Amino acid sequence: MILASLVDLSRLQFALTAMYHWIFVPLTLGLGFIIAIMETYYVRSGNEFWKRTAKFWMNIFAINFAIGVATGIILEFQFGTNWSNYSWFVGDIFGAPLAIEGILAFFLESTFFAVMFFGWNKVSKKAHLISTYLVAIGTNLSALWILVANAWMQFPTGMQFNPDTARNEMVDFWSVALSPVAINKFIHTTTNGYVLAAIFVIGVSAWFLMRKREEEFARKSIKISAIFGLISLIVLIWSGDGSAVHVAKKQPMKLAAMEGLYKSHKGTSLVAIGILNPGKKIDDYYDNPLKYKNEKPYWVNISIPQGLSLLVNRKMDTYVPGVEDILEGGYVYTDRNGDEKIAPPIEERMELGKLAIAGLADYRKASKAGDEEGKDIAYKQLMENFDHFGYGYIEKPSDVVPNIPLTFYSFHIMVILGGFFLLFFALTLYMEFKGIIGKHKWYHWTAIASIPLVYICSQAGWIVAEVGRQPWTIQDLLPVNAAVSGVSSGSVQTTLILFFILFSVLLIAEIGIMLKVIKKGPGA
Amino acid sequence: MIFILQQYWWIIVSLLGSLLVFLMFVQGGQSLLFGTAKENEEKTLLVNALGHKWELTFTTLVTFGGAIFASFPLYYSTSFGGAYWLWMAILFLFVIQAVSFEFRSKAGNLLGPRTYETFLFLNGTFGTILLGVAVGMFFSGGSFVMDKSSIADTFQPTISYWTNGWHGLEAIVNPFNLLLGIVVYLAARTLGLMYVMMQIESETLNTKCKSQIKITGPAFVLGFVAFLIALFTMTGYSVNPENGLISPVKYKYLFNMTELIWPLVMLVAGVLLVLSGLGLNIFGKRVGKSSFFLTGGGVVLAVWSLLICAAFNDTAYFVSTVDPQYSLTLYNSSSSEFTLKTMAYASLMVPFVMGYIYYVWRAMTKVKMSTDDLSKPDTHKY
Repeated sequence: MILASLVDLSRLQFALTAMYHWIFVPLTLGLGFIIAIMETYYVRSGNEFWKRTAKFWMNIFAINFAIGVATGIILEFQFGTNWSNYSWFVGDIFGAPLAIEGILAFFLESTFFAVMFFGWNKVSKKAHLISTYLVAIGTNLSALWILVANAWMQFPTGMQFNPDTARNEMVDFWSVALSPVAINKFIHTTTNGYVLAAIFVIGVSAWFLMRKREEEFARKSIKISAIFGLISLIVLIWSGDGSAVHVAKKQPMKLAAMEGLYKSHKGTSLVAIGILNPGKKIDDYYDNPLKYKNEKPYWVNISIPQGLSLLVNRKMDTYVPGVEDILEGGYVYTDRNGDEKIAPPIEERMELGKLAIAGLADYRKASKAGDEEGKDIAYKQLMENFDHFGYGYIEKPSDVVPNIPLTFYSFHIMVILGGFFLLFFALTLYMEFKGIIGKHKWYHWTAIASIPLVYICSQAGWIVAEVGRQPWTIQDLLPVNAAVSGVSSGSVQTTLILFFILFSVLLIAEIGIMLKVIKKGPGA
Repeated sequence: MIFILQQYWWIIVSLLGSLLVFLMFVQGGQSLLFGTAKENEEKTLLVNALGHKWELTFTTLVTFGGAIFASFPLYYSTSFGGAYWLWMAILFLFVIQAVSFEFRSKAGNLLGPRTYETFLFLNGTFGTILLGVAVGMFFSGGSFVMDKSSIADTFQPTISYWTNGWHGLEAIVNPFNLLLGIVVYLAARTLGLMYVMMQIESETLNTKCKSQIKITGPAFVLGFVAFLIALFTMTGYSVNPENGLISPVKYKYLFNMTELIWPLVMLVAGVLLVLSGLGLNIFGKRVGKSSFFLTGGGVVLAVWSLLICAAFNDTAYFVSTVDPQYSLTLYNSSSSEFTLKTMAYASLMVPFVMGYIYYVWRAMTKVKMSTDDLSKPDTHKY
């Protein structure tokens, strides 16, 4: 087996670059539209106030955009440099959205970005406004295609394995592009960006209010953003609920980790707040069963009875399997074709996966030898067990369990903060319409503090989605250890450190520039 | 049908590659920092004039990557996963470029303007050379092994491996690759000089560029001729499409040109355009936009033709120097017919994309950039 350290380092490098990228992208996703709304006011009213306001936020957009581009290119090429096996195994499907993204979205974004920033004197007011909208749309389209690709990794559909080329091949583009998981993911992720941008604008504006500077600018920015943010947040919560339903059906292990649910029963309860018992380790389930049994899952928890059942299936008595239940099998799951099946225990899935992989090896040998009959038998063995293909690479059963504390806490932090932001938007709108928003320092501080909180919330969401699906690069089909490139762990360690230093320096520079721009204000 | 689609996609990927070389006039312009654009005012003008276009170049690079991933995923996994250090070096050089325009002149930028200018210079110089080196490997190959059956080996499932520990760094010292790298750099620099003369209203900078191009332009042409001689006298590898067997053929790339003819026509037309653009720029009385676009168009045609020559006519486009039988060809490395067809529909959007890029380019470069422009209140300044 390939050194675990290579896999871990490659994962860490990908996580580092993705999380850095995800610091910058959500703001551009939402800020683009907020700016476009402000510029619309300008074009309709001709009032220079709106131009000045839009331009201030555009400045922030540009600083953020540059570093988003810088971190984005690494992600794209890293699929090849660090996950080369993955690139071949699913490149036929994954590459297509990426190419379409380049052609349809990136050019739109980068071409009209130039007009948005340098075109004030060069094109008409209306052409400029259209460019601003096109940048916002382009940014969101960019997100669409990469999320389609990501959703496909979490719920592979619309493809067929081809043993001659030893990879998955696309057979239905629309079921890839319009898979319910993809649509839900797109809505959930972009509205996350909108909420983040709204809170960012409100927080920065609150600072102006606190300083009693630029009060009209601040209040109008707050008003637009709070309405935009509140609507987005409602959609965000709705899509989050949809996402839980999908995860329950397609990635039950992720859901179990999100909830810290080890052993389940009918009418599963939902943990609202809890602290996990760090002594309960899934490795002990196999190595030290007595200790495992004696350890309670939580130190403290407040649960809603039957809440999880209600959440994922709208029925009080639905059975939602826990980590142990998934390891032991016997629960009902939905396969890629939408058929309900009884899950075998993980050990059995590992055996079936090995059968599938052996089928592939035999097929290729028979094919080389021109043995048609042997090919047929091997192909049958491969396809009958293909649903378990990736389990053939798994070393030990506990490897299929993601990091439970990380997933659990990230999920709960995300949900709790989401609830807080709902109150925050409502409060903001109430205070703005009452005309008292400039008066209360405690509100200004809350708004400013909400900026780091919304970034934490957004990153937590990424962790839930991506750590929660470990060890799978492609759910059930390709675990990380079979996806990684054949480079040395030393090389990856070096690039990881270099990326970390470079991105951290650039992040500090970015924050420094932003603070200066904000301090200077929108100017005259 | 799949043969046609594989060729169609190689043509598209090659076109993106050749457009990228043209658009690297941005990098060529960046290489003028410090040496040619010394004064702060000159630097600011240069950075701003290039800054209006850098995203287009960057996007073309990213799309080139995406398109090759989608159409020839085995190249993506073999080259990127194998020549790890070469590609990582290229990535680092492009990451530092992406932030430098926006951050350079801003207060609170932590590192100071000079650092960001150095970033731009490094990207402009070594970014172009290393990309040229990477493209050189389409002809000179790499030391990899590739076996799709490995995926069925649960202990060592990696399909392709690089067989030396240098992971692509060795490609830089290969004289052929290095020559191509330098030619790409000189092409970018020539175009960069022309772009500056076309787009910036500054007498001092223009005079310096005018004398610079008299050296850079001919050096680019001579370098390119040397590269062509090296290319046309080297041994390439031919693939038998029936059984996939790969065998060496002397003067393969020369034969590709003479047997297919149309890439040769493109190459000759490209060279003539480059020469006429250069001639017009060096000897012409009034340097307008034509020399830049003539040379740029010529570069696109010539590079396009060479990239086509790398893979068409049953040529292995990424040769394994370990054993030629591992080499990648259009046939064994492409996506499936269905995927290529689906993307072919998406590629119909390309003319539309080019249309709006053309429209925006025209609208944005109607007038030359001057110091006065940069001090106008509505200008977003880099």
